[in-house]
Order: sequence, then C-alpha cells, then structure tokens
Amino acid sequence: MGILQEEITRRSVIAGAGGLVLSFSLNRAFAQEPLPAMPPAPPETLPGSLDDERFLDSWIRIDPDNSVTVFTGKAELGQGIRTALLQVAAEELEVDPAEIRLITADTGRTPNEGFTAGSQSMQNSGTAIRNAAAQVRALLLAEAARRFGMAATELRAENKAVLAKDGRRATYGELVSGQMLHVEAQPQSALKPPGTFRVIGKTLPRVDIPGKVTGQPAYVHDLRLEGMLHARVVRPPSPAARLTEVDASAAEALPGVVAVVRDGDFLAVVASKEFQAVNAMRALAANARWQEGETLPDQTDLAAELQRLESEVGTVAEAGMLSSDGKIFEATFSRPYQIHGSIGPSCAVAQMKADGTLDVWSHTQGVFPDRAAIAEMLAMPEDKVHVIHMEGSGCYGHNGADDAAADAALIASKLPGKPIRVQWMREQEHSWEPYGPAMLMKISAALDDQGRIASWAYDLWSNTHSTRPGGAGALLAARHKAEAFQPKPAKLNISPSGNGDRNADPLYVIPNKRVLWHFLADMPLRVSALRALGAYANVFAIESTIDELALIAEADPVEFRLRHMEDPRARAVIELAAQRFGWDNAQMPRNRGRGFGFARYKNLAAYLAVAMEVDVEPETGRVHVIRAVSAIDSGEIVNPDGIRNQTEGGILQSISWTLYEAVAFDRTRITSTDWSSYPILRFASVPQSVEVHIVERPGEPFLGTGEAAQGPAAAAVANAIRDATGKRLYDLPFTRDRIRNAVGRA
Amino acid sequence: MVSLTVNGSPHQIDADPATPLLYVLREELALNGAKYGCGLGQCGSCTVVVDGEAVLSCMVPIMLLEGREITTIEGLGTIDEPGPLQQAFIELQAAQCGYCIPGMMMSAHALLRRNARPSEEEIREALTTNLCRCGTHMRILAAIRRAGELMQAASLPAADQGRAG
Ligand code: FES
Ligand code: FES
Repeated sequence: MGILQEEITRRSVIAGAGGLVLSFSLNRAFAQEPLPAMPPAPPETLPGSLDDERFLDSWIRIDPDNSVTVFTGKAELGQGIRTALLQVAAEELEVDPAEIRLITADTGRTPNEGFTAGSQSMQNSGTAIRNAAAQVRALLLAEAARRFGMAATELRAENKAVLAKDGRRATYGELVSGQMLHVEAQPQSALKPPGTFRVIGKTLPRVDIPGKVTGQPAYVHDLRLEGMLHARVVRPPSPAARLTEVDASAAEALPGVVAVVRDGDFLAVVASKEFQAVNAMRALAANARWQEGETLPDQTDLAAELQRLESEVGTVAEAGMLSSDGKIFEATFSRPYQIHGSIGPSCAVAQMKADGTLDVWSHTQGVFPDRAAIAEMLAMPEDKVHVIHMEGSGCYGHNGADDAAADAALIASKLPGKPIRVQWMREQEHSWEPYGPAMLMKISAALDDQGRIASWAYDLWSNTHSTRPGGAGALLAARHKAEAFQPKPAKLNISPSGNGDRNADPLYVIPNKRVLWHFLADMPLRVSALRALGAYANVFAIESTIDELALIAEADPVEFRLRHMEDPRARAVIELAAQRFGWDNAQMPRNRGRGFGFARYKNLAAYLAVAMEVDVEPETGRVHVIRAVSAIDSGEIVNPDGIRNQTEGGILQSISWTLYEAVAFDRTRITSTDWSSYPILRFASVPQSVEVHIVERPGEPFLGTGEAAQGPAAAAVANAIRDATGKRLYDLPFTRDRIRNAVGRA
Repeated sequence: MVSLTVNGSPHQIDADPATPLLYVLREELALNGAKYGCGLGQCGSCTVVVDGEAVLSCMVPIMLLEGREITTIEGLGTIDEPGPLQQAFIELQAAQCGYCIPGMMMSAHALLRRNARPSEEEIREALTTNLCRCGTHMRILAAIRRAGELMQAASLPAADQGRAG
C-alpha cells in the first residue's frame, strides 16, 4: 500500500545519500578564532531538544535534489504541531513551508524527544528546529561565500537558494555536500529578528485539514497493509479479574476467524475481516469465565478513601508562618476520576517480519519509550522494534494508545508475517484507558483587616498523575500475559513544573503559606497523564477560594486578584480578559452570573485568564455557559489561529469535565462504559461564543498553549455558578443533581 | 452479494448482509471518511447520508440499504476540488484532531440539502448525536453557517452572484 511503499523508498533514499564525505568543518562557518589545544570542556547546553540530539542533520536534511526535510521527535496529536514546526523551520531556513517535508516521531528516523506532552513541543522541538534551521542557513551562506569568494554578509538566503548581489545563485542542494550538516550545533544561533518574519506569527492554514475533510487516509485507523488481519482483544470484565476458563470453539467456528490467542489473562481473536473479528470477540467473551474481586474503592466516600490511601507527604511550597488571625475561609474540594475519552478508540497495527524485526504503527505520544516497553514485554532487543507514529483521534494525554500498540505487538508476535490491526471497542476505551486521577483539596485561608490574604494552608491528596515511562509494566497486555510484568511503584517527586501538585502553589503574593501533597502510592484505579495533570483541580480549588476571599473582603474578584498579583504578564492577561468581557458589577438577570479564573500554567508557562457568563436553571439543575472570553500569553506567537483553536478547545473541554464528567464504578467493575453512562458536552449546551485574545510577545521564548485553559475555565464556571445562585460548589462535576441539591427550590 | 450505491457508483459487496455499513465502507470500499467511534449509535463519527437523511452507519446492516443512495464525505468533493462544505471547514480551520469532523459534515450535509439557511437552533439540533472531544464546536458551527452561504451563492444565477459577491 501507498504509505508503506513510500516509507521504504524514502528510507532507502535517506540511507543512500550522504555517501560522499567531505571534511567540511563547522569551525569554518562559525570560526571567530582558532581552537586552542585543550582538554575537551563539558558540552555546552544547547537550545531546546538540541541539547539531547546535538547534530544538525538529526533535525534538518538537505538533499542534492534541493529537497528539504525536517525531523521532529514530536507527534501530531491534533494540536497542529506539524504546522507550527513547519513555520519555524521555514522562517529560519528561508524556505516556503509547503516545500518542507516534515517527518514526525519515528524510532527509525527522528530524534528522540520523549513524549509529546505537557505543552512542551514548541519549547523543546520548536526551539531546537528553529536554532538548527538558523545554523544550517549560516552554514549554507558560509559555503556560498567561500565558493563565490565574497563575504557572507554580501549574500542572502531566499527560496532554497543563496543569492549574491552580482546575480550569482546557488541552490541549497548545490551547496550542501556529504557530511556538511553532520556537525554539532552551537549554543548560539543568529536567529532572524522578529521584525523580519515572513511566516512566524502569521496564521498558516493547518496542513492536515484538507486531507481530513476529504477522506484522505490520516489516522493509524486508516492504515491498510497488504494481507492485514483484524484483531479484537477480550478484556477482563473488571480490573483485577483473572481468566479461569475459556472455550474457544464457538469463536473459532465463526466465519473468517484465523486464530484465538491466549496468553495468561490476555485473550484475543484474529479474523480476516474487521466485523468478523468483532463477532468472534463477542462469542469468545461469552465463553470466558473470570474470577473477579472487590478491589475498587468506595465511590460514595471517595474523599475518605483517598485520605486512607495516603502513603507519604511532600512539601510543595512553604513561606513564613501560618496563622489563623483574621477572617478565615475553609473548604474541601474534590475532583473525580475522569477519562481522556478520545472519540476514536485506540488503534494500532503491528507486523513481525521474517527478519525478526517488529514494526508497530501507533498514535502513542512517545515512540521511543513505547518501543522500550514493547521490546521489554516481548524480550526483544530494542533495535529490533520499530515504532512509527501515525495520528490517532485527539488523546489529551496518556490514553489507550500505548496499550493498543502492545496488544497489536503481542498478537503479531504470535502470528509472524501478518500485519495485525487492533482497534479497541468503545466500552474498552472507557473501561481500560488510564484515567485522570481523583483528587481531594483542603484549604484554610486567612484574610487580614486590610483585605489581603495573610495565610494559606493547602493540602492535596492524589496519586501520581503520570505513569510514564513505565516500561512493560505500564502496558495492559504485558500485565495480563502469563509471564506478567508488574507496574513500577509510583514515587513522590516534587518538581518545578509539578505533577499532581502542578499549580498547587498559588501565583498570588501570599506572605505565609504551606502547600502539601499527600501522596498515594497505591492506585486502586489505573491512572496517568490527563491534560494539565493536577493543575485542573488545583486551579479550580485555588480560584474558587480566591473568589470566596474576595467576597469576604467585599472586593471585586478581578480587582482582588490584581491586588495580589505582581507579575506584569499575569496582570496583563487578567486585565485583558476582564476588559474584553466587559467585566463590571452591574446587576444580572435572575439566575445569571459571571465568573473569573486565572492561572499561569505550571507557574512557569503560558498565562491564561477567562471570564464566563452562565445561566442556571434551578428547577432542572442545568447550567449553560453563555459566553467565555479569554486572554492568553504563550510567549512568541508562531501561529495565532493555532493558539486560538487549541484554547477554544481547552475551554470547551474543561467545561465538559466540569459540568458532566466522572468515572463511575462499584467495588468490582467500572460502570461508566459508554457515552450514555459517561456523558460529555453536546451541541445543545455549547456556549454562544468563545473568544480568545492573544497577548503578543515578540522575541520571548515559546511557552506552549495546549493545557493552559483547563484550570482557569473550571474555576470560571464554578465562580459564575456561585455568582448566579449564591451557592459555592465544591465537588466536581457540577451535575444537575448536585446543582438542584445545592440551589434547591427557592 | 449485496449491491450498494455509494457516492453514485454501484458496488457488489461480498460480505455478511448483517454487517453494519461502516465496516463495508471502510474495509471493502477503502473509504476513510466514516469513522468508528462507538458502534453504539452514541457519537455520530460514523455518520453518512442515505437518501438525503443522516444515518449512523455503525447501526445499519447493509441488507437494508439495497437500492438506496449512500453518500460519504468522499462524495462531497476531493482534496483538489473540495465541495462547499469541505471548503467551509478548511476556510474556518474547523478541526483539531479532525476525527469527528467527517461525521459532523455529513450531519450538516443532510441539513443543508433541506435548508441552506438553517437557524443556529436547527444546526445544533442536526448535530445532537455528534460528539467532539477536542472542543472544536464553535468552529464547526461557524463552518456549517459558512457552507450554507457558499451553497446559496453557488445556486444563485450568475448575474446575482456578481452582485452578492
Ligand atoms: S460509531 Fe456510529 S454512532 Fe458512534
Ligand atoms: S476535532 Fe477532535 S474530536 Fe472533534
């Protein structure tokens, strides 16, 4: 098929080129002074991911036919990263974005950039590609200067060629030779100044959208390989269930069934056609006996369960001395387990080839860590496993992608030669993806008689929010197979960007504070990274408290925030969102309210403030967000429409989490297994308008965008409901029942 | 053998007549537009149009579809010559991951065929089954409004078009 064929051709082209080795040293281009003979100094820190993959040609390749290829270890997840990376490369290389071929995450071809997560792709990969591109441009200019016998300053790069003032011209393809780009990058690059940008900061239409709206193959789900078979996994009925007995005969007798695979508690069917596999999966499930156990916590008293599971305490932030003088606000907030809930269930294709190597196509966020885990599971050397990223349905964190890849790999290892496609069923995605962890947050804050926050005690209970990289033990198939792998024990780790404690330390100026993470090592429900990690619920709790304190201080909530904020960039987004919203204290109609939320993501990345207007129906408990107005500062802007698109999406997704979403379970099984038992936002409840205003910061570092809205949007909803009804809601999500109970029939 | 007409072309399908249309579109006809999302009639990502009506292809066995006109997103235009609905989604950049988008477009296609100037309520109503997890809703709504305009402009006589533009 097309994609495979192309893979092979490109690979051989890439492997075959570069045969001619010329000793062109980087020093020539960057030389200011000759290098003295000294013992090698420790390597200098390079910008972004260049620090890990230090050679320019790991990132940028120019072939004699003048084609330009850019490599990134990051993956397109629907966030538009392809387009933004093309923009930075095109800018610094002086090439049209359409003329660049971009290769994303592939263990055989691209740099290892770990996971595509944490809104860090622009900081890591964007920064690396931008600097590498600028240095490649400098090398090409230097080479042209040498050939033309003139100073590089007399030359300019344009449209894949270097031009001299006298009209002489050499294409990049003509200039590049042998190992010219196989040199280590330098710490400093001559980046283009923001005033000269052609592509950065401009809205470039997303390169993937035309294909996606016309039915081109775009996702791993669309991969069709010659002779491909379809597999379905029969998952256990509950997290701790063990397979005691299975009669495969009924499934095996069904049309098209090629094999039934059993390895311990791992059970799967393989068939020629996809729907045959679905039918066979059902027949096999009906004839499997499982032993189940009551291993899940009591959902009706999750707060107590979380506190009972506490294993250790970490100090996230501490300053001054706590005191209980002044007016006190105390509250307990909670967040349930929530799902990623990709619209397309996880999918992967794997093929064990005759030479003993395994190819895996996956929508994983980390091709390299996934390769390591799969190799470990199958006891194969890592270099015999090749993981290639293909897009999936949006994932919003660590969903079932890696598990589906492991399913396909395990099945393929038992049926060598055949490409095996596995797609999860909807019920499997809802029941088996790793969830965003439940959290409990207790706050006690004191206000002094000047109306300023004097003391702040914050206690948070939660599991780790990331079980990556977890090796084979993180993969369901590896846990279920006969030679089972165990998950790695989770460790408490307090870091600047945070995990469960992400954004637990408020950015506001508070002289006396103590923030603790009560860490739960045991994971009664399997959890991992969900967009924004702990920041979603921490910001919800902090910003709800800020509003209550503003009420006690009889201050306007926006003014109260500004009163406690010194960071000028934070102040700027708060003021911009308030102004564009038309924030004031005018009386609203009955059951209408306005609410505000702010955070600087991770306390070190993008700033986002959002104001919302909501309407609450006391009789039905229905909350309708009418409009949302946000302001974001994510550093230098590469693609403004990309920032708007992701921010709108973050706001709407957070509204959905906040109003509707909770994983449901009894003591044995997950019971929220589809979209009716786990509802999400529908069109009838979508706001009338969502605005995103971007603060321009030319020349500032990229701060990332994707996760900035999750916490502030939840807080804005909560605060607007408080404003509309006079009732504070503490437990997410704000379902109709909870609203009715809180508001009652007035 | 079941005979199906998809995007105007007849096909003889060698599959169990109880097979839902979705699997036949994707596997036998190698069409990528309709997507598996739930197989339960809950998400709309498999939506196609049958005789002018939006239909969840994961729920309908092919034996019920003989002699009907089936349209998928591939029938609305191509990457080189996108139809008005496709143009509108491109123009408004109405996708994040894009997985839900073909289903959204087919629900919209059924609506716009009946009514090129739907109200906001009518658009939302037509999309009740369709779920989007990326939160692309605002852009999807805007793209559908825009597609209605493009379709109207295309159906006006040439002289009027000049004036309208
Ligand atoms: S796949 Fe058909 S409605 Fe979800
Ligand atoms: S764009 Fe990703 S689900 Fe709608």
